[in-house]
Amino acid sequence: MANKLPKVNVVIVGMGWVGGIIAAELTKAGHNVVGLERGKSRGTQDYYHVHDELRYATRYELMQDLSKETITFRNTEKIRALPMRTYGSFLMGDGLGGAGVHWNGQYYRFLPYDFEIYTKTVERYGKSKIPEGMTLRDWGITYGELEPYFVKYEQMAGISGDKELPEHVSQMSKPFPTGPMKQTPGMKLFTESAKKLGYHPYNIPSANLSEAYTNPDGIERAACQYCGYCERFGCEYGSKADPVVTVLPVALQTGKFELRTFSNVTEIIHDGKKATGIKYVNVPTGEEYMQPADVVILAGYVFTNVRLLLVSKLGQPYDPKSDTGSVGRNYAYQVNGASTAAFYEDREFNMAMGAGALGSCIDDFNGDNFDHSSLNFLHGANIRFTQAGLRPIQYQPTPAGTPKWGKSFKQATLHNANRVLSIAGQGACMPYRHHYLDLDPEYKDALGIPLIRMTFDFEQQDIELVKFIARKTKEIADGMGATTTQMNDVIKQYNIVPYQSTHNTGGTIMGSDPKTSVVNNYLQMWDADNVFICGASNFPHNGGYNPTGVVGALAYRTAEGVGKYLQKGGSLV
Amino acid sequence: MAKDQSQKPQDESRRRFLKYSGTAIGGVVVGGVIGGIIGSSLKKTDKEEKPANPETPAPSSDRDYNQALMFFTQDQFLITEAASERIYPMDELGPGAKELGVAFFIDHQMASAYGINSRDYMSPPFYPSEVSQGYQLSFKRKELLALGLDALNEYSTDTYNKPFTKIAPEEQDAVLTAFEKNEVKLKGVPAAAFFNLLHNLTIEGVYSDPLYGGNKNMAGWKMRNYPGNQMSYYDVIEKEEFIKMEPLSLHDHLELG
Ligand SMILES: Cc1cc2nc3c(=O)[nH]c(=O)nc-3n(C[C@H](O)[C@H](O)[C@H](O)COP(=O)(O)OP(=O)(O)OC[C@H]3O[C@@H](n4cnc5c(N)ncnc54)[C@H](O)[C@@H]3O)c2cc1C
Ligand code: SF4
Repeated sequence: MANKLPKVNVVIVGMGWVGGIIAAELTKAGHNVVGLERGKSRGTQDYYHVHDELRYATRYELMQDLSKETITFRNTEKIRALPMRTYGSFLMGDGLGGAGVHWNGQYYRFLPYDFEIYTKTVERYGKSKIPEGMTLRDWGITYGELEPYFVKYEQMAGISGDKELPEHVSQMSKPFPTGPMKQTPGMKLFTESAKKLGYHPYNIPSANLSEAYTNPDGIERAACQYCGYCERFGCEYGSKADPVVTVLPVALQTGKFELRTFSNVTEIIHDGKKATGIKYVNVPTGEEYMQPADVVILAGYVFTNVRLLLVSKLGQPYDPKSDTGSVGRNYAYQVNGASTAAFYEDREFNMAMGAGALGSCIDDFNGDNFDHSSLNFLHGANIRFTQAGLRPIQYQPTPAGTPKWGKSFKQATLHNANRVLSIAGQGACMPYRHHYLDLDPEYKDALGIPLIRMTFDFEQQDIELVKFIARKTKEIADGMGATTTQMNDVIKQYNIVPYQSTHNTGGTIMGSDPKTSVVNNYLQMWDADNVFICGASNFPHNGGYNPTGVVGALAYRTAEGVGKYLQKGGSLV
Repeated sequence: MAKDQSQKPQDESRRRFLKYSGTAIGGVVVGGVIGGIIGSSLKKTDKEEKPANPETPAPSSDRDYNQALMFFTQDQFLITEAASERIYPMDELGPGAKELGVAFFIDHQMASAYGINSRDYMSPPFYPSEVSQGYQLSFKRKELLALGLDALNEYSTDTYNKPFTKIAPEEQDAVLTAFEKNEVKLKGVPAAAFFNLLHNLTIEGVYSDPLYGGNKNMAGWKMRNYPGNQMSYYDVIEKEEFIKMEPLSLHDHLELG
């Protein structure tokens, strides 16, 4: 029997960006909050010896332990899903701060088009533009409505960026709180070439601080040192905005926040209309606890958010055959693969140096910023050059045709280690009726609970998008003064082995129709008004950007919604 | 920033870090990091005063007691040494896997949590899979590697009448290629999966921090002009020219008691 604990106002599942932001906002407003995190506690003191590529980047020190829990995967419903036994395509967070600790910090707001993608697509091209099976949806919120929440996230995290962004990117009511990051020679070459082509390059907005910054909560952080150990690593300087050095200390300072690590939430307790609390297991002892609460918030990332609903039988599970139900619908990802490598025989660049969010980009071929009338795909990609710091185990640059090992491999990689600049597209991913998440019928986690099953593949849309975007990357790379350029414009079947991106989206999507969405635009569940679900699981499709800007804004929106709900109850829309 | 500091970017950035981190992260939590940075910045200063020639080989009396086996048999060790040397050979640019200690690295890794897949999902059932679904064998890495090394030997004995370590380099390449292409059918060993593991481990052994037993004397990094783990590039990140640096390893950041 589970030990029953005294009731609290609010319980949050997961202490990443979403859990941390909501905890800080609600405790500042005077509510009592319990935060449950399945992993361990951590802080900057843990990163004393963090510049260790083997331990952190290729042994995944900071990520979820897959022996305890993973997902299963298949490309189509026709084959058996099998467990992701070891890491590859994406890396789930675990422990205090979640993936927010080992992210890059590339910050984007998404385009106004993204939030009203169905309406705007039909308006410009007609209904027939949307192919059979593509389940495009408006988000139930507009860019304008979400704008103030972007500002909140930017001020809290200290986002560093240009004073103004190109008109077709973002209208901002308030400029970024800190100036842009430094520019490297590679960034300058990209920027000049893009400008010559008539495009509109800008510095990637960054959550690695360009200068020392004190945020509105009084949190002070130091400037980024461009140390080159950012993505997959924690920042020993606290320069990279992460929940542990920003929002969590603010929540703790209020005295209203109780943080419980090693607490793995296994079930939402409910009566079909309202949740009464959650059940969790204390990881070291295996003891079960029942935590009653007025409000339950799911902030455990895409897979946990969907899994807890399905395991607890809360909400309507999505059925792709009848196209009914909502939980698990519209799983999407990121369409990478369009790229061009520029090889320089006459010069070397300092490629070991860099920061997670250091780079330049254009959005001239993102969203609906260009005419799709004669194209066989929707949306597009943010095209960029990044200088995140290239490390020698993960990065083996070779021209096409080089053998994979032996003397010529060695010589090619040594020669090219600092001679390649890569221009790449980060492509949007449209939702399809047959891309979804449900419970695996066979495989279980260490506690015996079914794993999440992912059914996903790349579609013709994605193949066409990559082909088109690749040509744009080549055009830019060709103007960068390299000796030769080599383009990749082909993607095939989705393969879970190579790392691509931890931008998994969908499953508990937001919207204005309770039949096809799980939450309303306060991220409040249609089927249980005291349950809020927040994260990239709310995205009805994925844009041509990294997700966390929108995730952060939605977290501020959720906190506001929960505050309102605690005051007056009922549905907020 | 004062101009005269730019000669010593490392020290300056550390000072800047010290200045901010106390207020930034609350003093208490960051203590360990600050300690380490003071330690390493002192060491760095030492080095600058009496620059050591990085090319000078370690005196032969300097034994490395870390070079001993935790997992392999003597044979498996020698096969690993020979095979990894073919994957990353010595040439005019510098040492190969053997001299870099890669076989010790691999041995130590196989004896670690990584060798027994302790953070991988290894629960049954195991089914045949599509390539897109990734590794689906029940072999643990140390089992796969040991069986594969024995198979390398068996295959070369079958083909050339000599064990792997005794055949010519070109013959070793041919054996490895047969494994890479999955053309070998031996005792149910998945030859290509074994080759991939050996290949990845070799690259890791060449380029991981020397603390793990490979990349001896940071020579893997030096060949690539990789600066190892510097604390900061704040003052040089914008520079047009390529900057060669003497690499630093994690050892250089450790404050010894
Ligand atoms: C290598 C990498 C690089 C990235 N780079 C970028 C980038 O540059 N820009 C960008 O926008 N995004 C980036 N991302 C994505 C970004 O990290 C995520 O969007 C963000 O961290 C999501 O925040 P979250 O709070 O929703 O989830 P998470 O950060 O995953 O936090 C969820 C937390 O919940 C906990 N949890 C899960 N299940 C349970 C349970 N059952 N019980 C208790 N606790 C649970 C987890 O342990 C975790 O701590 C990157 C991600 C990775 C992995
Ligand atoms: S690159 Fe900057 S933000 Fe990233 S870990 Fe290094 S110092 Fe921190």
